[in-house]
Amino acid sequence: MRDRRENPIPVMLYKAFVYGFGGLCVIYLVAPIVIALTMSFTSGQTLKYPPQGFSLRWYAALLDPVRSATEHIAAWNSLKIAGLAVLGSLIFAVPATIGMTRMKRSTAGTIEPLLLAPLVLPSLVYGLAALIVANFIGFKPSLWLTVAGHVVVFGPLMYRAASVVAQGLNPSLAEASTTMGASWFMTLRRVTLPLLMPGILAGAFLVFIQSLDNVSVSLFLADARTTVLPLRMFALIEESLDVRVAAISGILIAVTLVGLLVARRVLAPPRQA
Amino acid sequence: MKASGFPYVLPMLLLSVAFFATPLAVLVGFSFAGPGGATLEHYARFFGDAFNFRVLVNTARLGLETVIGTTLLGVPIALLYWHGGRNLRQVLIFLTLIPMLTSNVVRTFAWIVILGRQGPISEALVGLGLTGMPTSLLFTELGLIMAMCQIDLPLIILPLIAILSRTPVQLTEAAQVSGAGPWRIFVTVLLPLMLPGLLAGWILVFASTSSSFVTQAVIGGARNVYVPQLIYREVGTLFDWPLASAIAVVLLLSTGCLLVALTMMSRHRRLVGHA
Repeated sequence: MRDRRENPIPVMLYKAFVYGFGGLCVIYLVAPIVIALTMSFTSGQTLKYPPQGFSLRWYAALLDPVRSATEHIAAWNSLKIAGLAVLGSLIFAVPATIGMTRMKRSTAGTIEPLLLAPLVLPSLVYGLAALIVANFIGFKPSLWLTVAGHVVVFGPLMYRAASVVAQGLNPSLAEASTTMGASWFMTLRRVTLPLLMPGILAGAFLVFIQSLDNVSVSLFLADARTTVLPLRMFALIEESLDVRVAAISGILIAVTLVGLLVARRVLAPPRQA
Repeated sequence: MKASGFPYVLPMLLLSVAFFATPLAVLVGFSFAGPGGATLEHYARFFGDAFNFRVLVNTARLGLETVIGTTLLGVPIALLYWHGGRNLRQVLIFLTLIPMLTSNVVRTFAWIVILGRQGPISEALVGLGLTGMPTSLLFTELGLIMAMCQIDLPLIILPLIAILSRTPVQLTEAAQVSGAGPWRIFVTVLLPLMLPGLLAGWILVFASTSSSFVTQAVIGGARNVYVPQLIYREVGTLFDWPLASAIAVVLLLSTGCLLVALTMMSRHRRLVGHA
């Protein structure tokens, strides 16, 4: 390092910019989550922030099966849809991931954009398109139609997560297994799937979270009887600014945090060489 | 050995073609559907209405303002990542993933609390004596942009961090040794390096902002209408499907045009593009 005795002010300004302003940007990014979480413990009746006191009353109100019957139904529907969407994504995306690793690079490169296309399209547009076609064939909006829509839109997330892992695998592992006389099923069960598992789990987590949160597809494909959680929250916010929304938010934030922490344990961070 | 992959891919490929490509084609077809064959009538109806046109312009403006906002907030965070050690880098990735994976409705709700009449911003303004009475930024475009910038920020941070994590730290040392100041290194080395990530982020942010139904409806309020509400209104209350399809196609095209323009820009600069 040559010491050129430069003016130290630009360097200090730069450091202030990176660490000071950069730090403020990080706060801007994270503060709303903290605010939503702390709001849910308010003892007040309104969304006054900072909250007046600490209480668990809104969680109690949310867990009350009588008072929050609608919310419970919506949550149950959302969990069902998300679980089924994960299952559907597994059925379609995992074989696709395995198949792609066995293809010529050029063929795979042609097909891959087709598989990933749903990630690029605003899902609101897709919801409308799916509704038009479903109506055409004679399907009415329903829970199952919503699941199908979620599998189409979020399946590629599973594919992408699994294929990141698949690309790093050594193909001779599966080859060795078959050469040693294992059937293809045995190879799949004992070699390929265990190796892909981190990617599959990450994909499942992503699909589950996205499905649970989706409004734009469910808006068009779910029927009036199938209220989903985000749409119910939307209604609560629009109607009355009910503080129970804060409690739902608190639970969802906790679920996300726990999921992330588990994911970090399960998926060792990729070491950068 | 290499030829056996296709049957595995087929189910997902068929799913993608049958349930994704086909509905889109039908949607586009629908937007041209007329009693006596193809017609541009629905597009004419959309563009002919001054209100609709203003909504389209508002949506594009919201998208662009959010792109600018997320860039101004995202680049400093990326620099913090670049100069940070291993631990700081881990923490930053974690802090980016939390809001990204937290439900959109939850984040929207958080901004209702922040922007509301009894929220921290209002309290601070009153406390500083800047306003005599509580002020609400809800149902204003400014409030919506503030919320959108936070909600879409991870979409621009992640591509930037992805590039920087693959870049050896020694890259800037050469410039440093030859006596370039940090600002100059930032402008001449780091920014060009981040450009592909910025392009990817801009597309994601624009697409996300222009179709974020919930946030627009709840924080924008009834007076700030954007394209998604327009589509929903045509479908849900007026049952005008051809018009809704035409609006959806226009929304797609506006995002598509941006995608093409930015891709050409990056090709033109002979940058290695990666989605």
